[in-house]
Amino acid sequence: MSRRNIFTTIAVALSFAGMVGQVSAAGIDDPRRADYFKTFTGKTIAFVPVTMGIDLTEGWASVLKKQADHLGMKFEIRDPHFSADAGAQAITSLISEKPDVLIVHNPDVNSYAKLLKRAEEAGIHVIQVNMRSNYNSDVYVGADWIGIGEAETQAIVDRCGAGTSQKVAILEGQPTSGSDSGMMKGAENILAKHPEIKLVANQAGEWDATKARSIISTVIQQNPDLCGVVGFWDVMDLGAAAAIKESGKSIALVTSGGGEQMACDNVEKGAFQEEIAYPVLQQGQDLADMVSVVLESGLPAGKEKVVIYTPPLKITKDTLRPGLCWSAKALKN
Amino acid sequence: MLGRMRRGSWSQEKIVLLIAIVLFCVFSLFLNGFISAGNLLTLVRGVSTLGILGVGMAFLVIGRGIDLAIVAIYAMSAAWTLHLANGGVSIPLAMLIGYLFALSAGILNGVLIAYVEIPALFATLGMASFVYGFARYALVPLYVVYMPASASGIAWIGGGFVAGVPTPILFFALVALLGFAFLRFTKPGRLIYAMGDNFAAARISGAPVRPIIVLQYAISATIAYLAGMITATAVASMDTNVTNSSMIYDIILVVVLGGIGLSGGRGGIRNVIVGTLLIGILLNGMTIMNIQYTLQNVIRSLILLIAIVIDSVVNPRDEQISQQGDI
Repeated sequence: MSRRNIFTTIAVALSFAGMVGQVSAAGIDDPRRADYFKTFTGKTIAFVPVTMGIDLTEGWASVLKKQADHLGMKFEIRDPHFSADAGAQAITSLISEKPDVLIVHNPDVNSYAKLLKRAEEAGIHVIQVNMRSNYNSDVYVGADWIGIGEAETQAIVDRCGAGTSQKVAILEGQPTSGSDSGMMKGAENILAKHPEIKLVANQAGEWDATKARSIISTVIQQNPDLCGVVGFWDVMDLGAAAAIKESGKSIALVTSGGGEQMACDNVEKGAFQEEIAYPVLQQGQDLADMVSVVLESGLPAGKEKVVIYTPPLKITKDTLRPGLCWSAKALKN
Repeated sequence: MLGRMRRGSWSQEKIVLLIAIVLFCVFSLFLNGFISAGNLLTLVRGVSTLGILGVGMAFLVIGRGIDLAIVAIYAMSAAWTLHLANGGVSIPLAMLIGYLFALSAGILNGVLIAYVEIPALFATLGMASFVYGFARYALVPLYVVYMPASASGIAWIGGGFVAGVPTPILFFALVALLGFAFLRFTKPGRLIYAMGDNFAAARISGAPVRPIIVLQYAISATIAYLAGMITATAVASMDTNVTNSSMIYDIILVVVLGGIGLSGGRGGIRNVIVGTLLIGILLNGMTIMNIQYTLQNVIRSLILLIAIVIDSVVNPRDEQISQQGDI
């Protein structure tokens, strides 16, 4: 009896609650909503990457494209295919076309510096992504290169302590790029604290796996007791991994990159001991958020000085789990 | 013929060989570990792809042609092979399709040059953009294609050893040997020299110049595909961006540096080997010395300029060459 009573009470209570719910569902307008959408409709976002077709730029573009479609903005990509000249031309013509926001991925610290200043003077919000130039524009979104250089070098120092040869090599990409100069600074910071570590080689592979392979083979020939390699980009460091594998020695290779599935696969295979990743889709989301911020703030171009460093993600055999990395292939399909 | 006789004693090949030997001796004396067998294998291995492509280019330059599309074919055919393998196509079929792609680009090059009579420089320049653009647009969606685990059966092509010697070196030796035999002992090989020396005369005397041109470009595309698969399997990936790099100039450099004149009709595979070794010794020595990247570029270009200057002092341009002109 008492149980039935309880059920009845609950049923009555629930039906009342439902009615109350229906009453309050009449809705309240959000006064900011209309303005929010009006801010974005018809705006143009232009993106000048170093090149399309690599995991980083494809990842960022996919997030930005989704945001633009959702908010009724135009999203344009000018792909200079690794040519700084073509990129400079693209930016020059964009300055006269006046998009509302210009997102730039710099090939090095100098090439676009003056153009970015001119773009901001022309009233275009400039957001720099991952590779910065000497000119500080409204926003920088991207990896904290010095931090990544420190983390990578520390990871190698940890593996090459007493009892090993303590010999390490650094494999840079392109020394004039914004990423390399930062990572090198980070490496120097750590090496200064560890005088016992011997830096036996510091060479540039020009982002090319084939060059990386022959450099690291030569370094291993020269220093058969090499303990570790600090690589500056996972795509290039596949060549270094091949050279290490061929030597048959156990040499630690720590790299950094966009955290694409390839990185997880190679950490799992043992080709990389560790990757310090800057998750690309999160950077894409940060870019999209910054597009909202500069447009919503209503401030003129060049007034904001915002920096967002992507929190690094450490990929090792211990941290591996499904979904840790993202897949560039899945974006394409 | 007169020009070749006068070149006799101090050809560019000998000058470059001498520079290579001098560098080799200096490095052996002053660089620890340079002369070790392991390092010498690493040295040759590092430039073997360049050398293989150099042999392909030599075939054309001797016949007064040039293939600016060789790097595009090398990168895109290998990248497509990997991409197909990634998509689940069986490895032999993927390799066959990739090779047919390379071959058809080469044959198309040859047809454009031999039958449509477009100068080789323009035909292959256009073909380079077309091969790259078409493959990127329709065949290979990503810049860097990784080798799938299913392809581990062909990893030996670029990453294996036979009797302690890395396979890329053996492929380089094989391609050089076959190239040498073809140029020296076969009828089309001899005719390539004749066409390079005096195209009109070769044609008037009945040489089948058009089919031979098509054959030349088919051979260079075949060599490009082989080199592409060696690179792809050696580093377990193919970066299609090499098409936009300075690699094509490096290949022409290896050929010209070794002493195969761009005006055609001169030189052989030996010249390619000499040019390749000089580059290899330079790169290896500078890596061991841990010379900074920008300085490396300066030194490399300086030594190449010196070789060319010595050649033009020792072998001044004669009337025959200035009338024919280089490419």
